[in-house]
Amino acid sequence: MELTLFLVGLIAATLRVATPLIFGTLGELFSERSGVLNLGIEGIMFLGAFTGFAVAAKTGSLWIGLLGAIVAGGLAGMLMALLSVRLGVNQHVSGLGITLLATGISLYSFRVIFGESKIPPSIEPFPMLPILPELHVLAPITNQYLLTYIGIAMIAVVWWVIGKTRFGLQIRAVGENPEAADAAGLNVYAIRTRALVIGGALMAVGGAFLTLAQLGSFTFGIIAGRGWVCIALIIFANWQSVNVLFGALIFGGVQALQLRLQTLGFKLPYELFLSLPYVVTIIALTLAGRNASAPSALLKAYRRE
Amino acid sequence: MHAVQMKGIVKRFADLTANDNIDFDLEQGEIHALLGENGAGKTTLMRILYGLYHADEGEMLINGTPAVIHSPKDAIRLGIGMVTQHFTLVPTLSVAENMVLGETGSITVNLPDVEKKVAAASERFGIPVKPQALIKHLSVGERQRVEILKALYHDARVLILDEPTAVLVPQEVEVLFDALVRLQNEGLSVIFISHHLNEVMEICDRITVLRDGHSVGTVRKVDTNLKQLANMMVGRENFGVTRQGQREKGRVELCIQGVHATDKKGLPSLKGVSLDVHQGEILGLAGVSGNGQAELSAVLCGTKKTTSGKVMVGDLNLTNAEPSAVCAAGVGRIPEDRYANMVGELSVAENLVLDQLDQFVNRGILDQEKIQENAKKLINEFQIKASPGDRVRTLSGGNMQKVMLARTLSQKPRVVIASQPTRGLDVGATDYVRTTLLEQRDNGAAVLLLSEDLEEIMALSDRIAVIYAGRIMGILPAQEATAEKLGLMMAGAPTLDRKGGVDAEI
Repeated sequence: MELTLFLVGLIAATLRVATPLIFGTLGELFSERSGVLNLGIEGIMFLGAFTGFAVAAKTGSLWIGLLGAIVAGGLAGMLMALLSVRLGVNQHVSGLGITLLATGISLYSFRVIFGESKIPPSIEPFPMLPILPELHVLAPITNQYLLTYIGIAMIAVVWWVIGKTRFGLQIRAVGENPEAADAAGLNVYAIRTRALVIGGALMAVGGAFLTLAQLGSFTFGIIAGRGWVCIALIIFANWQSVNVLFGALIFGGVQALQLRLQTLGFKLPYELFLSLPYVVTIIALTLAGRNASAPSALLKAYRRE
Repeated sequence: MHAVQMKGIVKRFADLTANDNIDFDLEQGEIHALLGENGAGKTTLMRILYGLYHADEGEMLINGTPAVIHSPKDAIRLGIGMVTQHFTLVPTLSVAENMVLGETGSITVNLPDVEKKVAAASERFGIPVKPQALIKHLSVGERQRVEILKALYHDARVLILDEPTAVLVPQEVEVLFDALVRLQNEGLSVIFISHHLNEVMEICDRITVLRDGHSVGTVRKVDTNLKQLANMMVGRENFGVTRQGQREKGRVELCIQGVHATDKKGLPSLKGVSLDVHQGEILGLAGVSGNGQAELSAVLCGTKKTTSGKVMVGDLNLTNAEPSAVCAAGVGRIPEDRYANMVGELSVAENLVLDQLDQFVNRGILDQEKIQENAKKLINEFQIKASPGDRVRTLSGGNMQKVMLARTLSQKPRVVIASQPTRGLDVGATDYVRTTLLEQRDNGAAVLLLSEDLEEIMALSDRIAVIYAGRIMGILPAQEATAEKLGLMMAGAPTLDRKGGVDAEI
């Protein structure tokens, strides 16, 4: 019985930890399938976390906060498109630039809006949405935030969009061979821009989940490398949306597990536990990454001759 | 004395037998062609000799001694060198540095010494290469020479060349052939893989023909002719499609007036090109590669802007129109570079609808059923050996070109722009493409055929224009065109005093 409780709690926590990763990785998937590596993800998730929090705090509405995060993420994606797609700036440089810019703007704005108080400002976050009755043994697993359910559903939506719609086919075409797509009459710039805007919005939702649902407050270390984890997960997932779920669950699972292991009182430095998810990510990447095949045009700016 | 003997070589890949009991021998000091269509097993056989594949059955003798070749290292030790279609040079290193790349044994590299040796080899074999030049600054032809030199530097006595002319422009082919003859005079043996009959007849002493993994036979050049070789290669006597009869000229469908454009470097490459293509005719545009054909084709397809001039299709002005508008106006293109115009990771079915998505999309959602149906129909109609779900990158060159043809021609274009439509295709696929172009003409389309292959131009065209240095040198009716006349125009002058410049020096 105790083991059941432990496992149920672990699974429930796993889903929670995986949620921002799912949104972030799906956002990166849109960008990369169109041929653009968006290293702005870490900053855009941070921007989403901040904007969501700030707008919600000022308007009193969590939903308007979420909308604010989506708009901010979309704008950041558009800036990335301007730099890397329109102007053809190196994608590593423009992506890292966006991360620095988005982080800087968020920190600055946070100080301007909320000042430097000893007690960090907080909001009343989204409530949990239980599905099973409280006494059911599996109840904790289905006691999640709405955004977690949306995130899981979003995997199916992205799979459908990429595989079954005109837009998805266009994204795949420009991500694999922009010359051929252009010659076939597709507008490479517009398609990549759209993919980046959607991708940015999804990343921002991933960040906003932390402030609007999980924590209810904004701290400077809130993203803590989750964006970079998403970059790794997309390789693990071999750029396939369905695999994103497994990648996020493995990372989230180990993260949730190490938190529990810490409390069991092993006589080991806690840093070892903290590093566990990253070690597992590296191992998983090494195993899965060998057969990974990136979109052919990834990292290549397209220019007509 | 045989430099190489291969006996009863069998190589199987899963359920495909690529080499089925093949015998092959190479005499010292001969140039020996390995002739066959794409997929006949030529490259496989040579990869076995070079140690890249291992034969399932059969034995090999090098200089009369049985040899086991496990890897290219063994092959190099035995004096065998191979130049593959895809070069194995590091672009950022110099020629000399590339020579010693695979060497182990000493920690330091005495580069000046290597450079001296390279220069000496380059002198001795008549292969002009500067040892200090960086690979990235060299043209394709020059890189190929470096590859050959690399093999010679490692003391190769047998040189395998895998379709060496496929990547070369005509002048470079001449330089290559000169070098090969020189190597032969030095006592080296050369194996020349090709599917071009003319080249084989020009350069080789003996010819071994492969078909479907079998050896059809070995003949001496002096005992054979083009027709016999073609027959051995494809298994039928009659090949070569030619235009039949004269057609009533229709109205002008494609009108190009005084078009100017620049190349990648911003230099003028089209200097006032004017051409009219009528309904129901094929206008051939002959010329040596790099005289503006690529730019003209890009301008007509909407992927390059003109600096001045006008492009009309019927009554529509398509000057500087977007590719989608050009396509919508009924212009179909059969591009030179299939790989650049197909999305390899997408399926055959998806590639077939990529430029006409509107017809296969229902409120933003792909109509899978219609897409599959379209693919099945076109695969059947154009004899594509693939299923709708196959990724295009897994297809052979000929099948890829058929997918391209199917996509373009299924839209019943009024104007067809075909750039080098048969380049790199085997005889069967070439015949098919040419027949299809003639069908388009007979159905009333205006066809502009850009090709470096004079034989192709003369076989198909109703009228022949020649482009040189971005200008049209003249237009001849097919009856008046001879290879000699066209050749002179392609060299840039109607007189004999100028020869096309061949840049042998690096």
